[in-house]
Amino acid sequence: MHLIGELSAVLATALFIFALYWMNDPKTARRGVIAGVTGMTVAVLTTWFQPEIVHHAWIVGAIVLGFAVGIPLSRVPLTAVPQRTALSHAFGGLAAGLVGTAEYFLWLGENSAQLTPFRMSALVIEVILGFLTFTGSLMAAGKLQEVKWIPQRPVTYPGQNFVNLAVLGVAVGLGVALVLHPHAAWGGQAFVAIGALALVFGVLLIIPIGGADMPTVISILNAYAGLAAVAMGFVLNSKLLVTAGALDGSSGLILSIIMCRAMNRSFTNVLFGAFGKAQPVLAAGEQKAWKQETVEGAAQMLEQARTVVIIPGYGMAVAQAQHKVRELYDALTKRGVTVKFAIHPVAGRMPGHMNVLLAEANIPYSALVEMDEINPEMPQTDVALVLGANDVVNPAARYNKGTPIYGMPIIDADKAKTVLAVKRSKNPGFAGIDNELYVGDNTWMLFGDAKAVLSDLVKQFGSGGIH
Amino acid sequence: MTDFGSMLFVFVLATFIGLGVIRRVSRLLYTPLMSLTNAISAIAVVGSIVVTGADHPLTIRILGAVALFASMTNIVSGFMITDRMLKMFKKQ
Repeated sequence: MHLIGELSAVLATALFIFALYWMNDPKTARRGVIAGVTGMTVAVLTTWFQPEIVHHAWIVGAIVLGFAVGIPLSRVPLTAVPQRTALSHAFGGLAAGLVGTAEYFLWLGENSAQLTPFRMSALVIEVILGFLTFTGSLMAAGKLQEVKWIPQRPVTYPGQNFVNLAVLGVAVGLGVALVLHPHAAWGGQAFVAIGALALVFGVLLIIPIGGADMPTVISILNAYAGLAAVAMGFVLNSKLLVTAGALDGSSGLILSIIMCRAMNRSFTNVLFGAFGKAQPVLAAGEQKAWKQETVEGAAQMLEQARTVVIIPGYGMAVAQAQHKVRELYDALTKRGVTVKFAIHPVAGRMPGHMNVLLAEANIPYSALVEMDEINPEMPQTDVALVLGANDVVNPAARYNKGTPIYGMPIIDADKAKTVLAVKRSKNPGFAGIDNELYVGDNTWMLFGDAKAVLSDLVKQFGSGGIH
Repeated sequence: MTDFGSMLFVFVLATFIGLGVIRRVSRLLYTPLMSLTNAISAIAVVGSIVVTGADHPLTIRILGAVALFASMTNIVSGFMITDRMLKMFKKQ
């Protein structure tokens, strides 16, 4: 039985690695899901059939409940995928925290010789990471879902970083004390206190973070959830768990690094910098006025263009405008216009958000181009259509040291011959920064909800409009 | 202590494999990648099965059952939504 267990763990590990390997190309990616499901099934069944497992009804009950909640969660609209992802990080953290707590009290009660310093350290790390990921991810999910009682805007107060670090510091200090004295009489209380502090720390960590930083924060929480699983593997002495957790953790780490680079910021700056707090900076030079364009005029510009680059942002997701984008894409390509999409790594609220929304609208992925590849083409582009994107096209990022987005790589929309920008309101964007792209000499504004503006545009290409 | 050594060994190697494999993942697929790795790390379910199903005190098994439910939710919703998203990516 032990051998079968080991072999199935090796098989599951190999399948998980293949699952991720196949994600290198959309053509093979679905195979990855099959590999992942197979690996998971093998691991679950071999664990379940161990002789020490006697309470089968409990397991069946929990699994059925998991299906009952999991299936609806997998059918959310794709615009809600960021909050679903945050919620799943929360569940991952919760599972790690609870299993850690259960194992600790089990050993404390039955066999406290098991609480070696090594195991105790792993337990403390598991519980801290697990519970902070749980509440942190719940807060992130709440912000993304725009739940009423969770403030959307960053919440900041004087001494915030000090308070946060103090809470974490006390938890870690108690953890160290437990590792040094695993059999102390106060052990149980200390352990509960560590869990509680970690829960509080998770909330405190996320409240000062604003929506524009969500792609990075979700990636970091992804890494934490993975590391919590690794710590659980150390506690349970399971190489399979350590491997799967390490795969998840390294994925979160790589995505975090990519997101941070795409915003020219460091981890510490994202977590402790409170982006939204930055003072609104006036655009350099005199305040210029924007020029408004009519839908008819915009349609004409698009029609006469040879190349159009569409730059989508969170505004497209909010307005659920991706299907209208597809209609515009069809109308233009039918007229021989080359249409491409410029995807900024942090556009939207999570890594890859725009790609998934556009894929949902049946836009072929060959038309989706990364920022680094599209920028050299921008000067030859006839029309850049900015669709609910803001900070990622703000030219101030190139030179204005006073703005919080200084140094962030941007899509060079301003270098296109003409810029059409669709914007919901006349107010500054999320970060509270004026965007001088909108007042550029070659920029024309279309004010309104992205979906409504696109519907009107598409109508121009239909009957009665341009032929 | 050999336990610790071999676990650390596995962790370091797995991290390197992870970094190597993830680096090659298509940039188009970062959202499904996150839901897939999330489902995979829900392998923590094996830990919860042991805690829930073995003959432990009731409170311990309740903690385990909640953890099992949470992991199972991640497995089901993670794999299903990954597949749903991947189906949408078409070249032409």
